[in-house]
Amino acid sequence: MVDPRGLRFTAAVTTVVLAIVLATGSGWLLLGQTVVFAVAAVAGVRYAPYGLVFRSLIRPWLGPPATMEDAAPPRFAQVVGLLCGAVGAAGYLCGAWVVGCVAVALAFVAAFLNAAFEFCLGCQLYLFFRSTTAKGVSS
Amino acid sequence: MTGVWVLLGVVLLSVAVGVVLRLRDGRFRPARHHQSAREDAVDATAAIPYGSGPDGGLGAEVAEVGAALGERATLLQFSTAFCAPCRTTRRVLAGVAEMVPGVRHVEVDAEAHLELVRRLGVRRTPTVLILDADGREVRRASGAPPTRDAVFATLDEIATPRQMRADDDSSG
Repeated sequence: MVDPRGLRFTAAVTTVVLAIVLATGSGWLLLGQTVVFAVAAVAGVRYAPYGLVFRSLIRPWLGPPATMEDAAPPRFAQVVGLLCGAVGAAGYLCGAWVVGCVAVALAFVAAFLNAAFEFCLGCQLYLFFRSTTAKGVSS
Repeated sequence: MTGVWVLLGVVLLSVAVGVVLRLRDGRFRPARHHQSAREDAVDATAAIPYGSGPDGGLGAEVAEVGAALGERATLLQFSTAFCAPCRTTRRVLAGVAEMVPGVRHVEVDAEAHLELVRRLGVRRTPTVLILDADGREVRRASGAPPTRDAVFATLDEIATPRQMRADDDSSG
């Protein structure tokens, strides 16, 4: 279980970082963000770098949260971010600017919707991917 | 410099998407297979039914996931593990089912029933179908938890035009 305010903080920081990447086209900054996604995806959102900043610096000022949230959905979203980040960084660093742009734009939309509207795009699209890709006669 | 323009465009796009989602998500809409004939007929049997039962009732499908239809209405919820709003939706719907006699809440793990998910055109979670006494889909909401009031209002709406048909479901 995780603090939903921490997730939102993470999304907000991610949004800002991705905005800078889009504006500057910096593949190295995106690579850094991709590592951040990877840590959260592998170790869990509790150990996500931005989440740690939130817990050590901001949460003491806010007090305990009213509700806690399941950690699985945001973790899946971090995996989606990791994929976008990896493709985007490869694009920028190999000179395929458009590829980098499109991948980062997708990640940006997802992070922005999460931060500003509390909407988890990756979580919602998960079923769509499953139902279109899996053969799925399993019951 | 191009990057700045790209950023601006993507920000505007994100805001637009967010606003549209806010307005649409979690609102009940008429079931799509009823939509064309809805204006003049409540029983739109001419339209393509989803379910395998008579008039497209979903009684058999609900039985397949190990539940039974409610006497008056069924709140059929599709969820996945990767879905934070599904938990809120569950709380709202279970609360309504507890308060209104004859209304049952059935939650389906969408990932375990992908064939059904495809047939019903469920693309996102949570998706909530409100089924009438015969198991026909009358309303659908997806993407966000519907409010408790919206569920009550919709139940009232679908109960009024037609008198309750007792024990006609073939869910056994």
